[in-house]
Amino acid sequence: MCLSVPAKIITVNGNSARVSIGGTLVDVSLHLLDDAKTGDYVLVHTGFALQKLSEEEALETIELIRQMDAAGEEEGQRNED
Amino acid sequence: MKYVDEFRNGDLVKTLTKNICRLSKKPVRIMEVCGGHTMAIHRFGIPSLLPDTIELLSGPGCPVCVTSRSFIDTAIAMCRQPDTIIATYGDLIRVPGSSSSLENEKANGADVRVVFSTLDALETARCNPCKRVIFPGIGFETTTPASAVAILEAKRQNISNLYFLSSHKTMPEAMMALIDAGICIDGYIGPGHVSTIAGADMYAPLLKKYPLSIVISGFEPVDLLQSIYLIVRQVETGEHRLEIQYKRAVTPEGNLKAKALTEEVFEPCDDWWRGLGVIPRSGLAIKKEYSAFDAMKQIPVTVEPAKEPPGCLCGEVLKGIKKPADCKLFGSICTPVNPIGACMVSNEGACQAYYKYS
Repeated sequence: MCLSVPAKIITVNGNSARVSIGGTLVDVSLHLLDDAKTGDYVLVHTGFALQKLSEEEALETIELIRQMDAAGEEEGQRNED
Repeated sequence: MKYVDEFRNGDLVKTLTKNICRLSKKPVRIMEVCGGHTMAIHRFGIPSLLPDTIELLSGPGCPVCVTSRSFIDTAIAMCRQPDTIIATYGDLIRVPGSSSSLENEKANGADVRVVFSTLDALETARCNPCKRVIFPGIGFETTTPASAVAILEAKRQNISNLYFLSSHKTMPEAMMALIDAGICIDGYIGPGHVSTIAGADMYAPLLKKYPLSIVISGFEPVDLLQSIYLIVRQVETGEHRLEIQYKRAVTPEGNLKAKALTEEVFEPCDDWWRGLGVIPRSGLAIKKEYSAFDAMKQIPVTVEPAKEPPGCLCGEVLKGIKKPADCKLFGSICTPVNPIGACMVSNEGACQAYYKYS
């Protein structure tokens, strides 16, 4: 029920937007967002855009995990030494 | 950045799995309270990647599963009224009531239509001015704003034949009720899209009251494993706090516009949850100012007394006390093709997730 999928805004037309969900074009409502614009990625749920997605935060999340891997390897290296 | 493939990366999954296995020493019970998480955890085989110290539990996160039979029975009684259209999300159509379902009623001639959005229900009302269009509104914080928008739009556009049967619910009260019921939980995987709307700050009262870890998670395998890692890290270091793993979508304050629209139309009420009973102020009722759109107020119907199916353990499954396989009906007479309990009928139900993927 709470399923939401990331979608890219292709065009904005007043209170609605045409978005691409993995290449499929769907019209969604922008009633819940004030500042969505073409090119933004938004979460779409039951025909409504819920929230803009932050690329900066997404990249930081991934970077944190990569650092975890690097830290683990260093620790393994120290144990071997 | 497509926000999907990046969070299904095999190398990141391996890194997280390795670190969880290295870190986890103490037994830990982690519950998810979102049907989307239930399905994703089983679909991606997350339990098979975890050490024996970690037990994953499914909670009351599937709206269809926690909704009462009397709600379905009421929708069925309404669809039997003349000149009535039921416009519903697809999730609800196969859910068994006490003696029928909306799907059965449709087969018997009732006008039951599956819609993608509440605004489609509004459009159905506009196109059928001589009929009453009833939308059974279920769902948590994520879904309620869509109902609020449709009610406000119906008012603005003078559409007077659209009605909502509201069984919207709010999640933190149920998370508290589980702990109060004595269910042993070390950490919650916080519901990602509920929190996208409601904001991470809504868990503050919960954390003030109970020593818990809550990590709000996304829905891809990397998200879920990172959230589990963060809960395990808190348990190992004796911390109890809120963390947001799903930072690309969740903020402390949430979607203020969506929350304001919900508050304009709905107000808290006591509500019944399968397995948990009545939880104070865990439901959302349509405010008096919008009662013209409230199906319960405008369309009186006689509803048969609700009957739960004998032997069904959905209530215990939703509290994390029983696993689906503990139920004698599971996989024998209760299957996705012939569901007896709500947890098997729903695409987000724990029983269907176990049946499909375990």
